[in-house]
Amino acid sequence: MISSVSKIAYCASRKCKFRKPIDVRSLLERALDELGYRGRIGLVETDCLISCFQGPSIMFLPGGKVFQVLSEEHFTETLKGFFASLQHPTSPLLSEPRTEKEIPGIEHLDFFAKQKLIVLRNRGHIDAEAIEEYIAHDGYLALYKTLTAMTPEAVIGEVKLSGLRGRGGAGFPTGTKWEEARKYGAFPKYVICNGDEGDPGAFMDRSVMESDPHAVLEGMIVCGYAIGARQGHIYVRAEYPLALRMLRTAIDRAREKGFLGRNILGTGFDFDIDIYPGAGAFVCGESTALMYSIEGKRGMPRIKPPRSTESGLWGKPTCLNNVETFANVAQIILNGGQWFRSIGTQDSAGTKVFSLTGAVKNVGLVEVPMGTDLRTIIFEIGGGIRGNARFKAVQLGGPSGGCLTDEHLHLPVTFDSLQDAGAMMGSGGIVVMDDTNCMVDVARFFTQFCVDESCGKCVPCRVGLRVMLGTLEKIIVGQGEPSDLELLERQANHIASTSHCGLGQAAPNPVLSTLRYFHDEYVAHIREKRCPALVCVDLLRFEVDAESCKRCGLCSKVCPVDAITWQKKEVAVLHREKCIRCKSCIRACKFKAIH
Amino acid sequence: MAKVDAVIEAYRKVPGALLIALEKTQDITLYLPVDLQRYIASKMDIPPSKVSGVVTFYSYFSTVPRGRRVVKVCSGTACYVKRSGEILDRLKQKIGVGEGEVTADGEYSIEEVRCLGACGLAPVVVIGEETFGLIDPEHVEEIIEKA
Amino acid sequence: MTIKELSKIKETYIDERKKELEEGVATVDVHMGTCGIAAGGRNVFSALQGEIERLGVENVKLRVTGCAGLCSMEPMITVHLPGQAPVKYGKLDAAKTREIFYSHVLGGHPKAEYAIGQGLEKPQKRVEIE
Repeated sequence: MISSVSKIAYCASRKCKFRKPIDVRSLLERALDELGYRGRIGLVETDCLISCFQGPSIMFLPGGKVFQVLSEEHFTETLKGFFASLQHPTSPLLSEPRTEKEIPGIEHLDFFAKQKLIVLRNRGHIDAEAIEEYIAHDGYLALYKTLTAMTPEAVIGEVKLSGLRGRGGAGFPTGTKWEEARKYGAFPKYVICNGDEGDPGAFMDRSVMESDPHAVLEGMIVCGYAIGARQGHIYVRAEYPLALRMLRTAIDRAREKGFLGRNILGTGFDFDIDIYPGAGAFVCGESTALMYSIEGKRGMPRIKPPRSTESGLWGKPTCLNNVETFANVAQIILNGGQWFRSIGTQDSAGTKVFSLTGAVKNVGLVEVPMGTDLRTIIFEIGGGIRGNARFKAVQLGGPSGGCLTDEHLHLPVTFDSLQDAGAMMGSGGIVVMDDTNCMVDVARFFTQFCVDESCGKCVPCRVGLRVMLGTLEKIIVGQGEPSDLELLERQANHIASTSHCGLGQAAPNPVLSTLRYFHDEYVAHIREKRCPALVCVDLLRFEVDAESCKRCGLCSKVCPVDAITWQKKEVAVLHREKCIRCKSCIRACKFKAIH
Repeated sequence: MAKVDAVIEAYRKVPGALLIALEKTQDITLYLPVDLQRYIASKMDIPPSKVSGVVTFYSYFSTVPRGRRVVKVCSGTACYVKRSGEILDRLKQKIGVGEGEVTADGEYSIEEVRCLGACGLAPVVVIGEETFGLIDPEHVEEIIEKA
Repeated sequence: MTIKELSKIKETYIDERKKELEEGVATVDVHMGTCGIAAGGRNVFSALQGEIERLGVENVKLRVTGCAGLCSMEPMITVHLPGQAPVKYGKLDAAKTREIFYSHVLGGHPKAEYAIGQGLEKPQKRVEIE
């Protein structure tokens, strides 16, 4: 056993030295000398080994057994004893694993316990670059089952039975789409995976592609078999370099193992997948635009019909689904459509992955059964609002979605449940806002986004959005007129009803929903020339309100240009001629005394 | 230029490869000025207007020079509500260039980019290949020194 | 590839994991999705790698896995010790990681002050049909 010890690590923590001033190094050197091990066993200094705070510990490497040096007396003998006891694997572990009472079980943490993992089932515990790990977690078993025991019609039947709907936002029934793509007799056919996750605030597809890329590939291969395609493309945003790398590795590994390429699993079925890095255009998330982009053209949506299942990429039948949709497929094949259908609600089966961000405590990816209400997602899983702020609004569905308030928190989230309230589930981005966010400014942000990303094909979207943005900007700088509210609504409705594609039609949603639920805030901007959330800088007067000022002087400390003077027990004085309107003081003031 | 020719040669005959050819070319030349677009068009035997149409459509392409290290400020929703606008302004001041400009030494340029999908760490700035998360707008200058 | 070969890959992997546990190999998963990396996951990884190399430890396996889902706690690691429930740690930096390495990975004492929770999430298990 002694021969197996190559090094001894000794604790050199100062806390230990304080408790027991033992010079472990020279002690060890002497003892090793006496035992004749000098030169054969190295010594390494480490930090606190086990936080015992009782006295220096030593650790035998490579085994990692720890002993405590309690006394300098007869140390050579003690060390000999340690060496001897190494032969008994149970004896000398100084630190019997404590009952870990202080660390809560995952099952008691709302963030983890309230989730149901189907799409994210492998999150955090498989190495995405090792295909063996995916296989060890039932990976490619669904593909095997599909190719050896199911007809394409049976696969489509199972997916239809499951009630799976497109996770990209539109919620089109996946089985029906596959059935249509199968129906058309033109060849070749294509399978496309939409990984152009463009909604700001959404990152679930990125996470799936990064941490479980084989699940996406498996879903695509099954789809290829079902519709009769031999080629698949994955379109991924160039902003996701890690996802691109993981997918490339995954495709290489899958080819090596014979899950991609010719004669897959010896069944005579051929299918291959390649990757298109997108070049950065939000509109390419729209299916027809995405296909034009793969063809090397400007990504501009075209008029439907024909649907892409009839005439898609290169004019051939094409089945396009989102990353999350494909990631569900293998589980449906393995566990059956009936099982999938039993999760979620009648019309929206299964789970949905949300990316929960903004003012919540727990920011992260949340997978819950469809129909889970907003309150559970935000206040239980998300842990509520961070800091002292109050919940104000929740924005769902990215630039096509809307803002909801606390009166909507009881609403279950499904494809259809939020429509009446003026929002939508969309691709699953949830941005929570607190009372430091101005809703007029948020509406302006989304409108600006859509102006930047409009492809320019149709006038309502290209010009209309810009005009609407102008109206919003007028309000934000304090030049709004009472008639602007009605004007905004008219502009918004006009764009919604006349735009060419879904993105343009949905672009006014953020404006319409904030107008509906935060009307007062618009009115405050227009009539009182006041921004209640203290965000819009042109509407701030930079005055100290003597009544609410608690005379703490914090504002004076944070001011970068010394524009605020303050003396103990006095109300702060803001010198506007020096002020650069940076808002540092407004953020620092806990009593909202500066506005 | 030989490298660019090699790229074009590789993709000349592949249908739909214009985007990929342009991406690979820009990786070499850092940007795609009009003359280069014309050159690519003639080599690939497609109208220059089509090449230009594609280049100007996608935000990945730039027709003006970029710095060796591009500072990208995320303008996604999560970053925006955490004051990414202020971060952008401060960084412009610190580096001394506006959007679409390059520092005199050719090192830095600055861009506002679409959501980088790291919303959990908002606000986010990418400098070169390095991503910085949870940036405090008051201390944004530090990340330039760190990068 | 046949179904036999497919299950062979699975069994081999499971056997190897079992053997590792019997031999007392500790595993540390560093969660390095884009978020994890942006929050400093690489520093955490190299801190662990550095200590393992410096000490010449042979029975600690370091793995890179994807995002664990809780972005606001990044960078995160999960420590698996034979005979103990896995422990997830969050909001780490190189120094905290070294502490965990000594105290928990080598010494067997979980560092409660940096821990998020113990145990693993329960993902969907295969439902046997037919």
